[in-house]
Amino acid sequence: MANVSMTVNGRSVSGQCEDRTLLVQFIRENLGLTGTHVGCDTSQCGACVVHVDGKAVKSCTMLAAQADGSEVVTIEGLASGGELHPVQAAFREHHGLQCGFCTPGMIMSAVDMIERHGGQLDEKTVRAELEGNICRCTGYHNIVKAVLDAASKMGDGAKVAAE
Amino acid sequence: MGMEGVGARVARKEDKRFITGKGKYTDDMVVPGMKQAHFVRSPHAHAKIKSIDTSEAEKMPGVIGILNGNQLAEDAVGNIICGWMIHSKDGSPMNMGAWRPLAQDTVRYVGDAVLIVVADTKAQARDAAEAVVIDYEELPVVTSAVEALKDGAPQLHPEAKNNQIFDWEIGDSAAVDAAIASAAHVTEMKIVNNRLVPNPMEPRAALGVYDEGEDHYTLWTTSQNPHVARLVLSAFYNVAPENKLRVIAPDVGGGFGSKIYIYPEEIVCLWASKRTGVPVKWTSDRTEAFLTDAHGRDHVSTVKMAFDSENRITGFKVDTIANLGAYMSLFSSSVPTYLYATLLSGQYNIPNIHANVRTVYTNTVPVDAYRGAGRPEATYLVERTMETAARELGISPAELRRTNFVREFPHQTPVIMCYDAGNFEASLDASMEAADYAGFEARKAEAKSRGKLRGIGMSCYIEACGIAPSAAVGSLGAGVGLWESAEVRVNAVGTIEVLTGSHSHGQGHETTFAQLVAERFGVGLDTVSIVHGDTDKVQMGMGTYGSRSGAVGMSAIVKALDKVELKAKKLAAHLMEADEGDIVIENGELKVAGTDKSVPWFQMALAAYTAHNMPEGMEPGLKEGAFYDPSNFTFPAGCYICEVEVDPETGKTEIIQFVAADDFGNIINPMIVEGQVHGGVAQGIGQALLEGTHYDADTGQLLTASYMDYTMPRADDLPSFNVSHQNTPCPGNPLGIKGCGEAGAIGSPPALINAITDAIGNNDLTMPATPQRVWAALASAQ
Repeated sequence: MANVSMTVNGRSVSGQCEDRTLLVQFIRENLGLTGTHVGCDTSQCGACVVHVDGKAVKSCTMLAAQADGSEVVTIEGLASGGELHPVQAAFREHHGLQCGFCTPGMIMSAVDMIERHGGQLDEKTVRAELEGNICRCTGYHNIVKAVLDAASKMGDGAKVAAE
Repeated sequence: MGMEGVGARVARKEDKRFITGKGKYTDDMVVPGMKQAHFVRSPHAHAKIKSIDTSEAEKMPGVIGILNGNQLAEDAVGNIICGWMIHSKDGSPMNMGAWRPLAQDTVRYVGDAVLIVVADTKAQARDAAEAVVIDYEELPVVTSAVEALKDGAPQLHPEAKNNQIFDWEIGDSAAVDAAIASAAHVTEMKIVNNRLVPNPMEPRAALGVYDEGEDHYTLWTTSQNPHVARLVLSAFYNVAPENKLRVIAPDVGGGFGSKIYIYPEEIVCLWASKRTGVPVKWTSDRTEAFLTDAHGRDHVSTVKMAFDSENRITGFKVDTIANLGAYMSLFSSSVPTYLYATLLSGQYNIPNIHANVRTVYTNTVPVDAYRGAGRPEATYLVERTMETAARELGISPAELRRTNFVREFPHQTPVIMCYDAGNFEASLDASMEAADYAGFEARKAEAKSRGKLRGIGMSCYIEACGIAPSAAVGSLGAGVGLWESAEVRVNAVGTIEVLTGSHSHGQGHETTFAQLVAERFGVGLDTVSIVHGDTDKVQMGMGTYGSRSGAVGMSAIVKALDKVELKAKKLAAHLMEADEGDIVIENGELKVAGTDKSVPWFQMALAAYTAHNMPEGMEPGLKEGAFYDPSNFTFPAGCYICEVEVDPETGKTEIIQFVAADDFGNIINPMIVEGQVHGGVAQGIGQALLEGTHYDADTGQLLTASYMDYTMPRADDLPSFNVSHQNTPCPGNPLGIKGCGEAGAIGSPPALINAITDAIGNNDLTMPATPQRVWAALASAQ
């Protein structure tokens, strides 16, 4: 058994889990944060993307024990003080989700993408960068629109975050 | 239309919980004492079970119980049913083999469930499953339906000689043969419609809870139709009577048909919760989903289309072999028959049609309805044949279609369907203009200068949805009626709850259904809640599939709203001492037309519940229900155009543009309708270009059982889509809605394949059009 401590959405948490426990299982089952989803078993679909120490990570590819001491942000921690993150707002405005299952991972990947590119994105880049997130409902059309719109709205702010 | 009413592009009410991670899916549910299940599945495609030894597994840490098919039989849990009877052309009923929820003596596909292991944790259940020893005697395997029909092929079920389930026909064979014999031109094709795996992003899950004190069961499940699940679990599987069984389908992460059916896992988890005395949860992993979710399509067809000297179609003859997998799933028999061959007239005047369909058992996952269900298969035949015929006849594909379009409605086809309304030319014109079809030759020449092969293809589809008139489907063999129910509850403070038997798993019902109410009563969307997916809340419903929630589900709501409106107006007239006929409802008020008298909506509602001052004979309260049974199918139609560039060196296809011009009848929320088209087209492009389901023919192993092997469409495989509507209202329902959920998946594959075959100059190309296949087809054409 492993004793694991980390900061999740700004809150210190700790727990005991089997060594083989994946970070996504720890988040969902130990912490009860069920917004992070499991859509496959080969680290392909991206429904489980969270931020670990500021980087987008598929939480099914990492053991909970590997995240010991890390700063983790999940979809539940993205909005601040009841205010939606611009990417969350853009997904709603542009109908970038239907069943909602891939959405948390999509949004966490998109936030990371926008920050890495300093808000400077075009359609081709967004499509290439979303390669690790599968959606079966939207055909990606409105997801791409949402990411581009959020990137343009975040603009300078995203640049600062990228630097 | 108001800002939030019918026709408004309203952002979705349900989004807030999904974008903040607060959705509640079945796997998110936790109940006290809950344990985890893992299924032991057959690793063989066809085998006898010689013995099962669970003695070591039962001693493993955390194991609570390991249950088998004999125990299931002891408790009289029934066979899994197919709910649609089809008779062969000789009058005999379909040959249905037994499907046990847990196999007892024979397994017939890789993934067939044999045991359920219940343990404290998922990992422990899986560990224990590894320790189970099952001795199998392997049997010969057949995965191809064509091979399975041959004499000497491995036999799956004793009931089905040569694995044939039925040999069915529709239409006038002799008339079609005569048309072909006297034709000026006949186009013949052999066409395969590839097997697909639906792949909603949420894997299936079930949580069964037995309450011993109440002798009551609750099942949380990933279902598109929880009421049908309750009915079947009760009436056919004998798990519990309906009044002792609650089925809840909470947030469901996509379905596309694959979550219509009641699978072994839901039955077994529910049953196992009583047997083990603990709540039992199972969540599929992705490979399990590939191995057990009902697959779609898998047809092999030959077609002959006859034309007279003026390029008018005189006959269409189709012969199809449909693979139904190892067992007959819930609606499997209806998909390659009444949902398929009845659409073989396409958008065209075809005087004579005949189709013969043989359905076949093979050692593969059961096949059932997947987005479009039969209609994509029909459209693919009609539209590939039309495009090929145009090339053979040396006329433009658009011209050949115009020559044959149905232009007068209602139009009775020779294959049951009666098209009620449409304007096929409008969609064709709109899509050709949007695609700049006229400028294609110049673009082709420019591409050629870069060494690329440019192609353009179209597809004029029609489908039947708004499924379906109960008496009509009953006469064709359906075991259920396909009406829908609704209840509108106006609370004492004027807020409104709409209970519906439809189920939303991505379609946005919580928004569009509320828009109906906002439109009718002028109240804000926030004051309206849509309640669905729980058999304890909604009395009965038929669920969501076949693009039926708008045309059928919303029509039921309209009927209930009519009754509420009538009573509300009567009450308001009484309160204002006015004539009932003078009351109008606007902006949340009931007004006496032509006066300044009004009563706010909430005040009328309160008056209904205080009941201090009611009209003579009126009951207190304000709550009305309705059942709506459609009078006909609805007929969405449209024209899709795809333009591609093929790299002749590699065979790789790039989609340059994709245009969709649809007639969906009236639209409640254009934003949501466009989203449905985007998603449907993406799945159709997936079928045409990417998604291949491959079984090893010798062993029956599914070789494409993960996202590493099965090519799901990803963002960089797809273009943005050009979507427009040319709507003719549907005359058959009060809202004039036709439905939009499946059109994209129905209309898009032929458009894409027609574009590639145009580019490479070879009409013989099989889906998915992988670079290897395209390269080979190009090489053989040169």
